[in-house]
Amino acid sequence: MKIFAVCGAGIGTSVLLKSNADRVLLDLGIEAEVKAVSISDAMAADSPAQIVLVTPELVEKLADIKSEVIPINNIFDLAELTQKLESALT
Amino acid sequence: MLASSFGPNSIALNTAQLDFEAAVFQAVELLVLDGRATQGYVSEVLHSLRELGPYFVVAPGIAIAHARPSESVLEAGFSLLHLSSGVVSGSQNDPVHLLFAFCSPDADSHIELLAQLAESISAPGKIELLMNASAESVIRSLL
Repeated sequence: MKIFAVCGAGIGTSVLLKSNADRVLLDLGIEAEVKAVSISDAMAADSPAQIVLVTPELVEKLADIKSEVIPINNIFDLAELTQKLESALT
Repeated sequence: MLASSFGPNSIALNTAQLDFEAAVFQAVELLVLDGRATQGYVSEVLHSLRELGPYFVVAPGIAIAHARPSESVLEAGFSLLHLSSGVVSGSQNDPVHLLFAFCSPDADSHIELLAQLAESISAPGKIELLMNASAESVIRSLL
C-alpha cells in the first residue's frame, strides 16, 4: 500500500502530514508506506499511490487522478486522520 | 533536536494587528536574526506567497512559512511569531495566531525537525496552550 502526502512543493506541509499519517497508521496497525511529495508528483500518470492525502485547497487540482483523494482539513488533528484513514483502509 | 532548531531570537510575540505579508516578513526575519538564512530567503518566501497565495496556512490558526531549499539558507532552522490579535491571510484557516517559519539548505536537513514539530504540536491541547501563551519563555518550554 502506497500513500502520498501532498503539498505544493513536497517539502513542508506534506512532511508534517506524512509524519502524522505514519503515527496514525502505526496505531491502527496498518502497514503502508507514506511518502511526502509535491503536487506534480501526485498528478503524474504513473503515480503508484493508492491513496493521496491533501489539504483542501489542493483537492481541485487532483480531481482527475486515479488515486483515492482524501482531503485533510487539519493536518495536526490526529483524530481526523485516524477516522479518515481507518474508513479508507479497513 | 527541535528545541535547538529555534535560535535565541527565533520566538517572538507581536500583539499588533498586522497584515499577513508583514507578519510573514517578521517571522522569516527571525531566522535571519539568528544567522540561519540571509535576506535573500526573506524575499524568496514573500515571492512564493505572492505567487501561490497563503498555501502554508496549514491548519486552523497555524501557518508554516517557507520557500524551497536555496543558497540563501545557511542552516536549517525554525522560528515562531505569536500573533495574539490574529492575522488574516485569505485562507480558510484564518485568523492565523501561530506563524512558524522554517528554512533548509537542502531537501533533507529539515525533515526530521518538521516531523518533531508535527509530533510536538499535535499533542492534545498543545495548540491551544501555544495560542494562549503570553511570554516567549512559556512558548519555548511548550515546544
